[in-house]
Amino acid sequence: MKSLKLAAIIENLDQFISFVHTCSGECGFEGKRAMEIELAVEEALVNIFNYAYPEGEGEVEMQCALKNGKQYVIEIRDEGILFDGLSRPDPDTTADIGDRQIGGLGIFFIKKVANEVRYSRTDGMNVLTIVFLV
Amino acid sequence: MELSVKNEEKGTLVSVTGRMDAVTSPEFEKELGRLIDEGHVNFVIDLAELDYISSSGLRSVLATAKKLKGKSGKILLASLQAVVKEVFEISGFSTIIPIYESVEEAMATL
Repeated sequence: MKSLKLAAIIENLDQFISFVHTCSGECGFEGKRAMEIELAVEEALVNIFNYAYPEGEGEVEMQCALKNGKQYVIEIRDEGILFDGLSRPDPDTTADIGDRQIGGLGIFFIKKVANEVRYSRTDGMNVLTIVFLV
Repeated sequence: MELSVKNEEKGTLVSVTGRMDAVTSPEFEKELGRLIDEGHVNFVIDLAELDYISSSGLRSVLATAKKLKGKSGKILLASLQAVVKEVFEISGFSTIIPIYESVEEAMATL
């Protein structure tokens, strides 16, 4: 298992993405699937950067691991305010251009590209687990 | 992300190279906003060299499209890579922003 813990700020996005890029490559993901993994990770992180710590600074930790040789598991933890994006309704992807909203699209992407997504509030932390089958 | 801008006979061709993510996408919106302020209203965006786009990238494309709608302008996308096309399809954006197989095809509809 590999892990990276950094301040939850947009300036650290590139470091997290290159970290997951390396992990994914080591687990055999490439091309389109590797990009989908980066998409899921970016969307999860950007939500945390924007909303987890409204009154100050905090950190976010990401872990990548291959389990049973079959499941590539990415876990993202923050100590910010409770946020269960998975419980929110999916965005309307049929609205006209004038009414189209971006909010909620990130979580929707994670659900669409990953094989499994779980959220839990554990020891005061938001834990998002994203699973891709190898 | 890198942008290159070329004035063609029927419109403005903007080629995007690299990644449109939460860090880089605001630059796309800013540059297109600048072009719109200069009077450009018909755009073809060549995405052949765009490797990746996230919801932040879609946000900047949508903001540009909304700006153009008020000016009766157009933004057409061309030559999307598979993963970029998938993001437009999942989000339903492919139904509100026209997508073409090639720059030539898009230019021909302006």
